[in-house]
Amino acid sequence: MEAAAIFLPLVGALIAGFFGRQIGDRASQVVTCLGVGLAAVLSIPLFFDVAVNGNERVVTIMSWINSGTFETSWALRFDTLSAVMVMTVTCVSSLIHVYSVGYMSHDDSKPRFMAYLSLFTFAMLMLVTADNLVQLFFGWEGVGVVSYLLIGFWFKKPTANAAAIKAFVVNRVGDFGFLLGIFGIYLLFDAVTFDTVFNAVPAHVDDTVTFFGIEGHALTLIALLLFVGAMGKSAQLLLHTWLPDAMEGPTPVSALIHAATMVTAGVFLVARMSPLFEYAPAALEVVTIVGASTAFFAATIGCVQNDIKRVIAYSTCSQLGYMFFACGIGAYPAAIFHLMTHAWFKALLFLGSGSVIHAMSDEQDMRKMGGIWKHVKVTYAMMWIGTLALVAVPPFAGYYSKDMILEAAYGAHTSVGQYAFIMGIGAALLTAFYSGRLLFMTFHGEPRADKETMDHVHESPLVMTLPLAGLALGAIFSGMIGYDLFIGDGRFDFWRDALAVVGEDPIEAAHHVPAWVVWSPMVVTVLGLGLSFHMYMRRPEIPGQLAAKFPVVYQFLLNKWYFDELYDFLFVRPAFKLGNFFWKRGDQGTIDRFGPDGISSSIISGARRLGAVQTGYLYHYAFAMIIGIALFVSWIVVGG
Amino acid sequence: MNGFVENLPLLSVITFTPLLGVLLLLTIRADDPEIVARNSRWVTLWVTVGTFLASLLIWTNFDSSTADFQFVEQAAWFPEFGISYHMGVDGISMLFVILSTFLMPLCVLASWDAIKTRVREYMIAFLILETMMVGMFCALDMVLFYVFFEGVLIPMFLIIGVWGGARRVYAAFKFFLYTLTGSVLLLIAILAMYFVAETTNIPTLMTTDFPFQMQFWLWLGLFASFAVKVPMWPVHTWLPDAHVEAPTAGSVILAGVLLKMGAYGFLRFSMPMLPLASEYFTPLVYGLSIVAVIYTSLVALAQEDMKKLIAYSSVAHMGFVTVGIFAATQQAVQGAIYQMLSHGVVSGALFLCVGVVYDRLHTREIGRYGGLVNNMPKYAFVFMLMMMASVGLPGTSGFVGEFLILTGVFQVNTWVSLLTATGVILGATYMLYLYRRVIYGELVKEDLKDMLDLSRREIAIFAPLCVVVMWMGVYPMSFLVVMEASVTKLITDYHAALDANALASGLVDGVRLALGR
Repeated sequence: MEAAAIFLPLVGALIAGFFGRQIGDRASQVVTCLGVGLAAVLSIPLFFDVAVNGNERVVTIMSWINSGTFETSWALRFDTLSAVMVMTVTCVSSLIHVYSVGYMSHDDSKPRFMAYLSLFTFAMLMLVTADNLVQLFFGWEGVGVVSYLLIGFWFKKPTANAAAIKAFVVNRVGDFGFLLGIFGIYLLFDAVTFDTVFNAVPAHVDDTVTFFGIEGHALTLIALLLFVGAMGKSAQLLLHTWLPDAMEGPTPVSALIHAATMVTAGVFLVARMSPLFEYAPAALEVVTIVGASTAFFAATIGCVQNDIKRVIAYSTCSQLGYMFFACGIGAYPAAIFHLMTHAWFKALLFLGSGSVIHAMSDEQDMRKMGGIWKHVKVTYAMMWIGTLALVAVPPFAGYYSKDMILEAAYGAHTSVGQYAFIMGIGAALLTAFYSGRLLFMTFHGEPRADKETMDHVHESPLVMTLPLAGLALGAIFSGMIGYDLFIGDGRFDFWRDALAVVGEDPIEAAHHVPAWVVWSPMVVTVLGLGLSFHMYMRRPEIPGQLAAKFPVVYQFLLNKWYFDELYDFLFVRPAFKLGNFFWKRGDQGTIDRFGPDGISSSIISGARRLGAVQTGYLYHYAFAMIIGIALFVSWIVVGG
Repeated sequence: MNGFVENLPLLSVITFTPLLGVLLLLTIRADDPEIVARNSRWVTLWVTVGTFLASLLIWTNFDSSTADFQFVEQAAWFPEFGISYHMGVDGISMLFVILSTFLMPLCVLASWDAIKTRVREYMIAFLILETMMVGMFCALDMVLFYVFFEGVLIPMFLIIGVWGGARRVYAAFKFFLYTLTGSVLLLIAILAMYFVAETTNIPTLMTTDFPFQMQFWLWLGLFASFAVKVPMWPVHTWLPDAHVEAPTAGSVILAGVLLKMGAYGFLRFSMPMLPLASEYFTPLVYGLSIVAVIYTSLVALAQEDMKKLIAYSSVAHMGFVTVGIFAATQQAVQGAIYQMLSHGVVSGALFLCVGVVYDRLHTREIGRYGGLVNNMPKYAFVFMLMMMASVGLPGTSGFVGEFLILTGVFQVNTWVSLLTATGVILGATYMLYLYRRVIYGELVKEDLKDMLDLSRREIAIFAPLCVVVMWMGVYPMSFLVVMEASVTKLITDYHAALDANALASGLVDGVRLALGR
């Protein structure tokens, strides 16, 4: 059963991928939906067995890379953490699969698309069920490469290709850190299997090592290297630039990869390695600061973007920031809880926006929408549910998880915790604002689309709205249902050893914060929604005036803090220039010029010069002979 | 079966079967050159397939629990000089024999339609090349090794010079000039070793203690030859030219097997015979390899010619290998060997991928292509798989080698591992950029629209390569087990020699101290 839950999506992907043309579009869709759907069905009893009944286990399939003391195998590890992830991933993914059948109905490479989706799901499942770091890295790179394929799915669009490469390469920068972290772990522990490493952590708490000339606390250095990987995958500040561009892919892809699964892999990694991170307090502070900064930074950009999907993309970036700073203060259960609820409501928002885009004849610019809510009532309702969950209105899912994170940050009583709390509250305000803005600009006000588009506005078919409804159920109820198990009183029996906490339990501390802390997220949410209502419903001229009044701020935000331009200047262009320089000046201008070409041409010219001596005139030879004799004689006379 | 194999001089059979094929080719008599060509192709194909199947017998009968040489054959050759015909394989060399015989039939298939002139002579050159390659990996006598090692150059020189592209003569001479310069120094080193040890028997030389001063010069002599073959920066500039001008199959062998000869030399000679000098020069090797990884990756980014790009990527990948060998840990050395095998398959496949479109459009300029996925989906798939293997995606062969190398190197030098690992990022950049320009995009260029997807012959070439790449990625133990014992012995002996030397010099110091000097 364990293996089936993981490998069925792969089977579906292989069938649809290799035989899609032979079996046809419909069969490919059925096969992939069945594969992932069955996996989802299997994941539920598995979840109860593993997480609720406590039957943790590791299913070893076969050995993978063994060399000396280095050992890894293909294995499926089921503990509470992976069971939660498997269930979330397969359930959300199967709904997205069904939705794709409708969304991609006009595309001519449906089997390929479905195969990619299933392959992606498989890679994600391998990631979360890994029992060692190398298999985790397999899944990690697997989701990376499939996301590359999916973002570039419409390969005729140059922008899609550029975005795909960007996603892969930026992720590789993160992977570079991750790899070094794995090497460091092997150096320190002589193993890369989780159980072995975690059991050995207490014995290495005070170890110091020298990496790259830096002598420091071993666990901190390793944790920081791993976190670089997490930053890349989860689009945290500095390595976030690929995520908004990744919206070039079809919308179900955005939902699957950029909301529910892949981008949360970084959070998962930190949670999975919590027994190690817990002994690296300095690293945890970095995690907190980066997470909190990203939460705020991404939200500021989300407020001015005009592409509906990009707004949601920045929102994802921001929410991931919340999850990271939750990890940073040690509230791993809250982070994973938010990861789970976020998967539901963010997938809902993405698919809902997809439904809008579908209705608007592939228009993504919110400035060309407006006034369509009467035509797409189901989608409209779904978007509201997703939004309420995102802005954390009770009793929707986000309320339970996000408020817990903010309370835990305050309850940590550390300076980084306070920083995270302030950034988190600020981000909550902005979240409410941009979410309201998105709803009002898209659905309300005067229609800004041309008449032809408006005439075509229609509700999506059942095959798309039903998955929306499924996700909406999750967005409403997953918080309520999961609260007690994940972060309530049941949490100790639920998580057991899957997540580590050393010292004071931040979740416990979160239950004892002052009332104003508990109420403040609610207040800023109302404020944010109210502000957006005022600015986009009652006085729609305000945003334009503001932008005109503060052009520098507006441009700065609109251009995403100029990160792309900065990286282009710092890395991309120099790389090409250096490449050309090494090639023309290094290889051709130096090595060849003084090497083989130089030697052969000097031999040739030397031979020519020697040849020139042989003129054929008798008096030349006679003259040379006389000089020679003269020199010879003088040498004998002087030297002898 | 087993008894039969035991009595058979298997290595000699595999080495010289291709030469029998040459004799067969010479007997073809027909007036019509078309018939000669057709018969030559088929005969060569069957001979190479037969050789490959025979070479599998080595694998099935190989005892991977021992580090000793197996299938050993020895016969007197120049007894008065202590030179013998001595063949045998261990876990390090055995898989290279298989790699060589495996690539050969694919090369014949790849040349099927591409080579139209002097087909018989071309096939003869390839068969001789195979004998030389296999012989080189099996040779256990330095003189014999030298003969094969240099013998490889001649058919390759002819293949580039006769069947190559427009600048073939320049490329062939550059290739020859570089490799021959190294060879002279290698020969001198072999002679010097002979005068000390009075034998050219490789297993004996491995246990001979050369004084450090001598190791120093011998090492440089060997290095001059091997570094050119690898090729290491800055003696790599022959490679892009040779690749660009060579016919597709020539490139496959060049990248697949010939580049491995240098690194194999390090493993077979430099490390076990000259451990002190190897340790002494390790920083030099690290430095040159890191420069190779970063420098050539950046150069690859700037290329406009598909073959040149892949040639430069080969230099970068071989940089990983040399780093791994001289790190001298179990993981690093096993990783280095694995990386060589993987690179042999993957770069060979990538050159074949270039060959596929070159056969159709007769240009390697990247800018002339674009949007091929629209009419060549099978080709796009194969290219994608090989590209991913080249950038070291886990689950493909490329990952295992790179990962083991970097893991092993990190244990001895974190800086080297860090700098080498930048190749992971740069490699992805130039390969994805290449793929995007050739495969993705709109199909707009008129002359591309008529290009057909992979033919059956081409599928027959790529299918085994794809299977091997996945197999090596998912279950690498099939290969790692084979090399484990031999690598362990290599590492153990290497460190034992270093320790013994440290102890000896420690003793000398101690005596000096005791004498109060």
